[in-house]
Amino acid sequence: MKKVFSVLVLLLVCAVTYAGGYRVSLQGQRSLAMGHTGVAVVNNAELAFFNPAGLVYLENKLNIAGGVSAVFSDVKFQNAEFGQSAQTNSPTGTPFYFYGSYAVSDHVTLGLAAYTPYGSAVSYEDDWAGSHLVNNIDLAAIYIQPLVSVKLADVFSVGGGPIYVSGSVNFNRNLNRTLTDEEGNRSNVTIDASGISAWGWSAGFMLNPVENLRFGMNYRSRIDVEVEQDEGVATFENVPNSPLAPVQNGSVGFAASLPLPAEWSIGTSYTWGKWMFAFDYNLAVWSAYESLDIDFAPEDVPDSVNPRNYDDASTYRFGVQYEAVKAITLRAGYYFDESPVTEGFFAPETPRNDSHGFTGGLSFNIGEKLSIDASFLYLRFEEVDAEYTGYTENGQTVPFGGTYKSSAFIPGLGVSYKL
Amino acid sequence: MKKYIKYLPVLAIAFAACEPEFDNPIEEDNFFTSGEADFSNYVALGNSLTAGFADGALYRTAQNDSYPNIMAQQFALAGGGEFTQPLTNDNLGGLTLGGNQITANRFVLATDANGNPGPAVLAGTPTTDISNVLSGPFNNMGVPGAKSFHLVTPGYGNVANFPAAANPYFIRIASEPNATVLADAVAQNPSFFSLWIGNNDVLSYATSGGAGTDQTGNLDPSTYGGNDITDPNVFASVYSQQVAALVGTGAKGALVNIADVTSIPFFTTVPAQSIPLDAPTAAFLNSNFALYNQQVLPGLVQFGIITAEEAAARQINFAEGVNFPTMSDDDLTDISQILQGPPFGLDAATAATLGTLRQANDSDLFPLTAAGVLGTLVNDNPQLINGVSVPLADQFVLTAVEQGRVATAQASYNATIQGLAAANDLAYVDARAQLQQVAGSGVVFDGGTLTSTFVTGGAFSLDGVHPSPRGYALTANSIIDAINAKYGATVPKVNIGDYSTVNITNNVN
Repeated sequence: MKKVFSVLVLLLVCAVTYAGGYRVSLQGQRSLAMGHTGVAVVNNAELAFFNPAGLVYLENKLNIAGGVSAVFSDVKFQNAEFGQSAQTNSPTGTPFYFYGSYAVSDHVTLGLAAYTPYGSAVSYEDDWAGSHLVNNIDLAAIYIQPLVSVKLADVFSVGGGPIYVSGSVNFNRNLNRTLTDEEGNRSNVTIDASGISAWGWSAGFMLNPVENLRFGMNYRSRIDVEVEQDEGVATFENVPNSPLAPVQNGSVGFAASLPLPAEWSIGTSYTWGKWMFAFDYNLAVWSAYESLDIDFAPEDVPDSVNPRNYDDASTYRFGVQYEAVKAITLRAGYYFDESPVTEGFFAPETPRNDSHGFTGGLSFNIGEKLSIDASFLYLRFEEVDAEYTGYTENGQTVPFGGTYKSSAFIPGLGVSYKL
Repeated sequence: MKKYIKYLPVLAIAFAACEPEFDNPIEEDNFFTSGEADFSNYVALGNSLTAGFADGALYRTAQNDSYPNIMAQQFALAGGGEFTQPLTNDNLGGLTLGGNQITANRFVLATDANGNPGPAVLAGTPTTDISNVLSGPFNNMGVPGAKSFHLVTPGYGNVANFPAAANPYFIRIASEPNATVLADAVAQNPSFFSLWIGNNDVLSYATSGGAGTDQTGNLDPSTYGGNDITDPNVFASVYSQQVAALVGTGAKGALVNIADVTSIPFFTTVPAQSIPLDAPTAAFLNSNFALYNQQVLPGLVQFGIITAEEAAARQINFAEGVNFPTMSDDDLTDISQILQGPPFGLDAATAATLGTLRQANDSDLFPLTAAGVLGTLVNDNPQLINGVSVPLADQFVLTAVEQGRVATAQASYNATIQGLAAANDLAYVDARAQLQQVAGSGVVFDGGTLTSTFVTGGAFSLDGVHPSPRGYALTANSIIDAINAKYGATVPKVNIGDYSTVNITNNVN
């Protein structure tokens, strides 16, 4: 068994959990280990995210799950025509989750969830070939959600709750491909906003028509993180002292809106002895992300319009769980994640094409109440020749493109507790 | 626990394997190739163009965008080695000698009180003192101001000869005071070289409005003035000497020819017709010249002093609208003495004005320096208008005759360069054709069209003579093309849209 365990760990070392756009699918180590399935899996408090309707089917009165992942992601870029190359040196992302549920009666369970489903941290070397599009970006959104789960019948339950979002963004890019100050330092802008709040909701239902078989469906609403002009600060640096320059050095307010798209999930799970199989389908309504427009407060500062033209994107997830021994439960999974990026709009700030996620993990049960949940995700991207055509100079489209290859490797650790 | 430790290296390898890898990484050997060339030690030899001179000065960011440095960055993808340049101390560009400023800071694009943009000299105290000799050698051996024969002239870098016979830029980098530029280049044992020299052998004559002398026939360059045209045989002699020395080390290389100096914005910006006149003023001026046109000139023809053709060329006529300016043309017969004698009997001042006077025509070129003179008053006297009542001095006009001398010498130089490229089996770069394209239809790139229009065209810096970084990038691409074709190399070109044009700032004097 130990040998199997070691091999499994080695195989799974390369596992990561990302999804298209700036969606980060890392909302539970047990689910993640099973390909991030869970809308129809009753396992632990991770249901608070995947399908709150299922919370009421948890056997214990009190359930708690928490965890954190470490996102090691790398993007390489090269352009063979001009001999350009770049590699990101992104900070390690640490998305986390915390879920708790408490059964107030046989039919009603209350819950609380905090998780980080959206975010992106990408950092290129300053002034790289695509620096007029992005030098670095750090997007983060924390979701906090009270929940209620109600068993309407033994075979059917519903659940949901309002979502409070606190979002932040820090984004730096050069103003264009060539503007510098007298010393040759590239003129650039940093936009920064944090503590931006917004509201949304999620709701789902779960159906258990026969023993061992479950169906689930969950919806999480679109939430627009709106930065008002008195909340955002845009700082221009290294702009030459000239009325011919588009802006002046210094800070101004800005307004912007970033959609956190709605997501539909449907899925099923089937338990067979020590085995459980799960399948989820997600539809992220990325078509909400048409353009990232930054409206600088002073009227004479030209606004920044960055078309994105994302499409809705599907994700297909498969997971399997095996209760190997009493102390150890093994999990593995796979998913195919469709990129929302459309032809000609592959921006280096979220360089995500279609990807294959390979996942695995295990729970180590310490007694009846506590278990340690570990997972790995290796996200494999095909290399892709792509370009971004949303950038213009003097009214003329100036495409930026080349070959991109990304990978992400995400180990995660969590705990589950039940009482 | 111990039994697990042995898995740690395996784990590390597995982690490393997660790094994204391209199927064909461009940074891997043999993606880009040098063909028969060897870029491991590239030495660039030349003048200001090679040094990266721009905006009337040599400064750090412009040096970074010199065509040899751009090429070297691309060569690095195909086996190229380190490329060193004698960077100046700052981005102001002025030079000092013993603390005294000897050359001006660079031009930047500034706006005047009315918001109109134009070149102005960047403010600041320059810190590049030429007595501070740098320890080389430097791969970039471009010496601003050098003519062909200067590369083989001992003492050209000797501060004791400055300013008469030494070059401030070479003084900074000469390996010893009496070293030659060529010897310092060859001593580096280059595996690959580029040679672009000869531009100044005609350019300084042209930019001085032909104020110098065409030295064709004079084989002793030590007797030449700064604005003279170099004798083509002198050029051929020193150029072949340079090529022989460079290929003597077994190096391969590229020879770059001389572009038409008259297609640079320095000569194409100031229009030939530049004197706006209303009808009464034109009529008044014509009445002043009536006697000259109708009696003096025919009289001179009659006496056989000038031909009827020259008399026709010397007619002065103004009209309502924008007129050609008046000018002194030293290729005309000087009639100032004759006009003071009978039957004309003009006073000395008037005779001097009329001495080599004519009105400009479409075949004349006006250097940028004329822009600040045309139409201005002499001593604030409203009667003395430059280009009208006061003829433009010789240095403000490059006449068709003078252009012809430049073109003749240039054609001869280019024949030498092309012949030596062929004889030595070197890459030949037709910079002349490249500039003709820029000055003609322009060069289309991903952000627009690169043209030679002053300030806005993008190809030239604010001195109107030297390219902008974007222009130098285009030059680098041309040379890379020629090298790839000659040696079967696959060095990638650069995207010229990534390079800047003119710098804007109002931090000016």
